[in-house]
Amino acid sequence: MESKIEELKKIAEEKIKNIQNSQELQDLKVQLLGKKSEISNLLKGLGSLSPEERPKVGALVNKARTEIEEKIEKAEKKIKEKMLEEKIQKETIDITLPGTKIQRGSKHPVNRVIEEIEDLFVSMGYDVISGPELETDEYCFERLNLPQGHPARDMQDSFYITNEYLLRTQTSAVQARAMVANTEKTPIRMICAGKTYRREDDATHSHQFGQVEGLVIDKKERNVSLADLKGTLEIFVKKLIGKNCELRFRPSYFPFTEPSYEVDVSCFKCGGKGCSLCKQTGWIEVLGAGIVHPNVLKINGYDPEKFGGFAFGTGLERLAMFKYGIPDMRYLYTNDIRFLSQFDRKDEE
Amino acid sequence: MKLSTNFLKDYVDIDVDVKQLAEDMTRVGNEYDYAGKLINATKLVIGEIVECVDHPDSDHLHLCKVNIGKEILNIVCGAPNARKGIKVIVALDGAELPGKTIKKGIIRGQESNGMLCSIAELGLEHKFLKPEDSAGIAELGQDAKIGEDPIKYLQMDDGVIDFELTANRGDLLSILGMAYEVGAIYDKPVKKVDLEHKESGEDINKQFSIEVKTENCKKLLVKKVGNVKIEESPTFIKNRLIASGIRPINNVVDISNYVMLELGQPLHFYDADRLGNKLVVRMAEEGEKLTTLDNVERTLSAEDIVIADKTHGVGLAGVMGGLETEVEPDTKNIIIESAIFDSVKIRKTSKKILRSEASNRFEKGIDPERTTMAIERACKLLEEYAGGTVVTGTAKYDVTNNKEKEIDITFQDVNDVLGTVIPNKEILEVFRKLGFTYSVKGETIKVTVPTRRLDISIKEDLIEEVSRIYGVDNIQGKLPVVPMRQGSYDKTQREIRNRMIALGLHETLSYILINDKEVNEYTLDEFEPLKLLDPITEDRNTLRYSMITSLYKIYEYNKSREQKDISIFEIGKGFYKKGEVYGEDTKLCALMTGRYSSGLNNFKNVDFYVIKGVVEEILDYLGYNGRYSFIRKEMPKEIHPGQSAYINVNGTDVGIIGKIHPSVTKDDVYVFEINLDELLKKKVGKMKYKEISKYPSINKDIALVVDKNAVSQNIEKVIKSAGGSLLTNIEVFDIYTGIGIGADKKSIAYSLTFSDMKKTLTDEEVNNLMEKIIEATSKKCGAELRK
Repeated sequence: MESKIEELKKIAEEKIKNIQNSQELQDLKVQLLGKKSEISNLLKGLGSLSPEERPKVGALVNKARTEIEEKIEKAEKKIKEKMLEEKIQKETIDITLPGTKIQRGSKHPVNRVIEEIEDLFVSMGYDVISGPELETDEYCFERLNLPQGHPARDMQDSFYITNEYLLRTQTSAVQARAMVANTEKTPIRMICAGKTYRREDDATHSHQFGQVEGLVIDKKERNVSLADLKGTLEIFVKKLIGKNCELRFRPSYFPFTEPSYEVDVSCFKCGGKGCSLCKQTGWIEVLGAGIVHPNVLKINGYDPEKFGGFAFGTGLERLAMFKYGIPDMRYLYTNDIRFLSQFDRKDEE
Repeated sequence: MKLSTNFLKDYVDIDVDVKQLAEDMTRVGNEYDYAGKLINATKLVIGEIVECVDHPDSDHLHLCKVNIGKEILNIVCGAPNARKGIKVIVALDGAELPGKTIKKGIIRGQESNGMLCSIAELGLEHKFLKPEDSAGIAELGQDAKIGEDPIKYLQMDDGVIDFELTANRGDLLSILGMAYEVGAIYDKPVKKVDLEHKESGEDINKQFSIEVKTENCKKLLVKKVGNVKIEESPTFIKNRLIASGIRPINNVVDISNYVMLELGQPLHFYDADRLGNKLVVRMAEEGEKLTTLDNVERTLSAEDIVIADKTHGVGLAGVMGGLETEVEPDTKNIIIESAIFDSVKIRKTSKKILRSEASNRFEKGIDPERTTMAIERACKLLEEYAGGTVVTGTAKYDVTNNKEKEIDITFQDVNDVLGTVIPNKEILEVFRKLGFTYSVKGETIKVTVPTRRLDISIKEDLIEEVSRIYGVDNIQGKLPVVPMRQGSYDKTQREIRNRMIALGLHETLSYILINDKEVNEYTLDEFEPLKLLDPITEDRNTLRYSMITSLYKIYEYNKSREQKDISIFEIGKGFYKKGEVYGEDTKLCALMTGRYSSGLNNFKNVDFYVIKGVVEEILDYLGYNGRYSFIRKEMPKEIHPGQSAYINVNGTDVGIIGKIHPSVTKDDVYVFEINLDELLKKKVGKMKYKEISKYPSINKDIALVVDKNAVSQNIEKVIKSAGGSLLTNIEVFDIYTGIGIGADKKSIAYSLTFSDMKKTLTDEEVNNLMEKIIEATSKKCGAELRK
């Protein structure tokens, strides 16, 4: 009896070894352990044995059954592994082929610069505001200390629609709007970027261009001063153009500020030695700025004895050109897809 | 303003390199375009031709031996006037002349160690050259010393700075004004102007009268100078005019220009014998004719100021004299006019006729003191350099307020505005350097501003002067000390922009000006287009209303450059007049054509549903989910009527979407435009968490055969209302036409999701709902279940 069981085990082992796939294994399982298998028959036949032999033989048969089961299980695992291995082999692809092109758009360089400026000034407590592009003579000129016949109106040859309406020549118009809109006459800290228009069109001037304008008005006792303007613009220029830029304030003339300055930045291309970009001067003019003219405060409802502050403005195209190394301002308005699509990633910090 | 540094040195004693001077002037607010020498040639020396013979192998060249002091050079020269005994300008080996470098060499076999120069070769502008200056080599006078610098001998060793002055600094349009500015920088006194001259004969007022009939002339002075002899000006006058950019004519005309340059007051000289005995200043008659110096007959308007004699106009005040009374070579007696005309009127007239040195100065404003000074100075120079005799007296008209302005300012004012702690003494130093007088009482300084500084009228102007002369570079930057606050901004536009970019569109920046013929494209809205009064070109004479016009142009531009996949968008403005209201709307516009996405064995071309997907994506993103619909209505003629819709949010049309009409382009180009101002008026609720059902949901697909022209939006509505609250989602997943269903039919397949928040749905419940849905669609839409 014992030898018969051993024999069974041996045959089973032999068969399991030769198994090739899971189907064969399933069949074998039935053959070896199923109801009609020899093991089952042996167990069924236990009843005919003597009570002394019965537990002994029973234990032997059960042991053999367990052993066969374990062998089958092992074989099953091995086959599964083999199948997975085959599946992976079959599914292996050329990972150097390109990924699906998920269309990615791009943000216009001028708007990139606007967003950067807005974020910077919001972080310093300025409000971002906007105003109309179709502006009135009153807000574009009169309220900025540029009465009818003022020679500086010539510097900004304008596109008039009627005697009253024109396309704004400067975002400074928004300064006047901010002051008038503030009926409580409380301090103002604002920044405004947008489109402006002048009646000129050549290689370095576009009839449509972008400007950004900043204005700070506060109580006289807080002394918002030229030194504060300098410090503020230092932060602006270092963020927008480069950490190593030097600033130079050059006295100038604007009707809406007094004193007025033009602000030059040391040439970031040559480092101030002189090159074609800075026309050998080592400096590049970037901003206009100054202390808000008392007339402007007065016209817009702020008492110049009680309030004071500064204003500044700059062209957006030049900033974008400097930042991205764009050689010609006209590229910004041509909207060539091959140009636009270059600005499709995050700006570096 | 071109500044001659030699001229400047008449009035202020400085010894500064011209470039340094230009830089220092820039620091105080006076920018320049050019700073350098009048003559930029190097290695020039005076020589004498000691021998001159014909070149053996040439019919025009000469072989010259030229004594330059240290040695005698052999030089080959082609000038016809080269001859023994004349003093000449020798450019030595290595000399740099404008446009060329001189090198030793062999010319047709003969050694040549330099070049003999003409005046033209020194690099003067063409307009300053006389015929003889380029016809042959320059012949210097016999007093020229061999071996010395010929530029010095010619009195052309001058420096020139071309300033770009700001509009408010009219005072710097004169040498004297520049001298005050330079004097302030280097702390040097300004010398007095020499006005000394004799006067004789009967007083002018007995023989000549003046009358001012307009308030646009505030001051008029007239003097007479007799017996002038017209000839060439002295060299220094000629050269200073040239350095200042003005062409010398003759001594008399040159003196009027010289005084204008020197003192900033334009003068006009009349030939007294052709003028009559009266000068009138009046406004021109409308249509009045006047022939100006340039021999052009001008038609004047009532806005122009005219100088006239008893009967008719003789000059266009402040802009150009009349031809009739011009100073000619035979002129003997001169009437000098020194006046102040209204700057705005002069600007208008000169803009129309001619911008001149004179009009530029009148436009910027004239110091009344200079009016007087200039006429006296002109008399002095005419006496000295034209042999004139000055007639006694001056005919005068003067309604100027010639008082010097007094401005009170405190030391604290200065330091508050500048954010500095400049000591009192240094602030006073600035005023002293500028030549302003002042007195101090306690904390207050009373500053008296000289009449030349027309730009200074309030204390802020004085603060600017302190910052200029003290030096802005000496002011330390800091940040305002103000209460902290939160900066604010509306990020909606930025969010939309970022979303559009994420959806794969490129942002453009287009011009708002278009041709008036294009302004009614892509819209059926009623509005009055806004046209420019004075456009630069007809192509850009009107403000756009629809942005689609702009984007379509960008598409065309790119298409003509072989670009096929174009997905672009822009947020911008459209402008209009509606009724009496002038306005502008912020719009989001997009154009898409070509491939939208691509990959291996897989790409998607833009079609109506792609661009509609973009619109839906934006609307959903902004929180309008479930509140919008697409409505078919009459479309602008540039849009395909079969593939287009109005975008309607809560009952308001906020934009249009569609394919560009095949009559416009054969390509499949899709656009949409949404009026963001209109859209964003529709308020959106807060984003809030909604409970997720804990019970499983059940999906059912249903394919309905409907009429070919049936609209899915309507069927969906019917399904929704029949499905009730348990139907939580509907999606279209297939459209089929063709075999198996009628030719005038289509099948739309929907995937429906049912779920209940409170319990697990049974098959029976869902099947009941499905039956209701089928029944409703059959009744209301004539739909049949596809088998």
